[in-house]
Amino acid sequence: MTSAASSVSCARIENVSKLFGSFAALRQVSAELEPGKCYVLVGENGAGKSTLLRILAGLLRPSHGSVRVFGEGEPHEVRERIGYMSHAAMLYDEFTGEENLRYFASLYAGRECLSPADALRQVGLDPELKRPVGQYSQGMRQRASLARVLLAQPELLLLDEPFSNMDVESVRQMVDLLARFRQANRTIVITTHQRDHAAPIADYVLTLKAGRVESLAPGSPTL
Amino acid sequence: MMSVVWTHLKKDLRIEWRSKEAINSMLFFALLVVVLFSLAFDPRGSFAREIAGGVLSVATLFASASALNQAWAREIRHQVLDAQRMAPASGAALFLAKALANFLFVEIVQLLLAPVFLVMYNLRVEGEAWKLLLVLPLGTWALVANGTFFAALSIRSRNREMLLPLILFPIFIPALLAMVLSITAILTGESDPGLWIKLLFGYDIIFTTVCLLLFDVVLHAE
Repeated sequence: MTSAASSVSCARIENVSKLFGSFAALRQVSAELEPGKCYVLVGENGAGKSTLLRILAGLLRPSHGSVRVFGEGEPHEVRERIGYMSHAAMLYDEFTGEENLRYFASLYAGRECLSPADALRQVGLDPELKRPVGQYSQGMRQRASLARVLLAQPELLLLDEPFSNMDVESVRQMVDLLARFRQANRTIVITTHQRDHAAPIADYVLTLKAGRVESLAPGSPTL
Repeated sequence: MMSVVWTHLKKDLRIEWRSKEAINSMLFFALLVVVLFSLAFDPRGSFAREIAGGVLSVATLFASASALNQAWAREIRHQVLDAQRMAPASGAALFLAKALANFLFVEIVQLLLAPVFLVMYNLRVEGEAWKLLLVLPLGTWALVANGTFFAALSIRSRNREMLLPLILFPIFIPALLAMVLSITAILTGESDPGLWIKLLFGYDIIFTTVCLLLFDVVLHAE
């Protein structure tokens, strides 16, 4: 199953299967992601959405098949160009948002990063906030986590359930931000159960069922 | 690489400064071991000097094992380790910084423990006391380098609390023996600890090199 043909794909997934013991989380999944498009992955719990995202991030290796990113190599070989946001915050509870981002920015030596303050402002958080992340609300954590991902200005953005625990206004702000991100010719892959939230930016909706691609349909983005 | 080590180290030291979890738990545990041994053996005079090296080493070992088990807990708790894995920074730098942080925590505990230990065991050093400044850091590094590595290896295991001591203690035995025998030699002044200090030094170099070389494999293992 592939999207519309593109000369240079952002990511090419070919017959990817992922086994955890005898359990097949993904079964021969194929897809091609075009640059500057937003893909929304939907499916029931256990359909393989998060596993596919982690494979694209280079955090898991496929048991069979291959993934090529930016036409160059496997995801772990170009990991600095990929941003991954999990449903966990991936931040230290003991640090403020700004301290967390400063720490992660210093791990991306040689790559042009946003300043921590700019990244936090982009997601609507106050960089001066002195509260540790452990005391943030769930919605604030999600935003701080997105700020961490945006910091290194990735070309492929992978978001696992980014809208969970967010109020309507926060979701709208995040969708606006992602729309701007996509307009800069960057690719976004979102897994979500809240399909309506992602609809304004969904160029394609990829449905997974029991580890297989059930359908890949064009979306009707409004942003 | 050293700037990345410093980045990770600063982060670990700052978190410990705010939480004091590792140092508090280690100090309490080590004090408990030292006090219990002093009650059990009634150490006095030359007998105290003979067992002191063993008691101090075992107290450090047990106290460190509990803290080392938690060494990667913060990285696992909110999947911070995944964010670190995705950064283009070397895994060896992450390991080295974590081992250095653990080393500093254990050294602080040893410094706080030392006066209590000297008083409770009524110790007088008969040999060259300055050599303790070599033995204790070398022995501690042997413990924390391996402990940090094997704690990372066991983080994905359900029984990691059990697994770490099971792997770490047997591997640490040569360093433990060298540490105990050299401390005893220094306290009693009856033999030269030189050979044991060289052994500790060699052990540290070999195991640190192996851990640095293999850490990337452990970090990216599924």
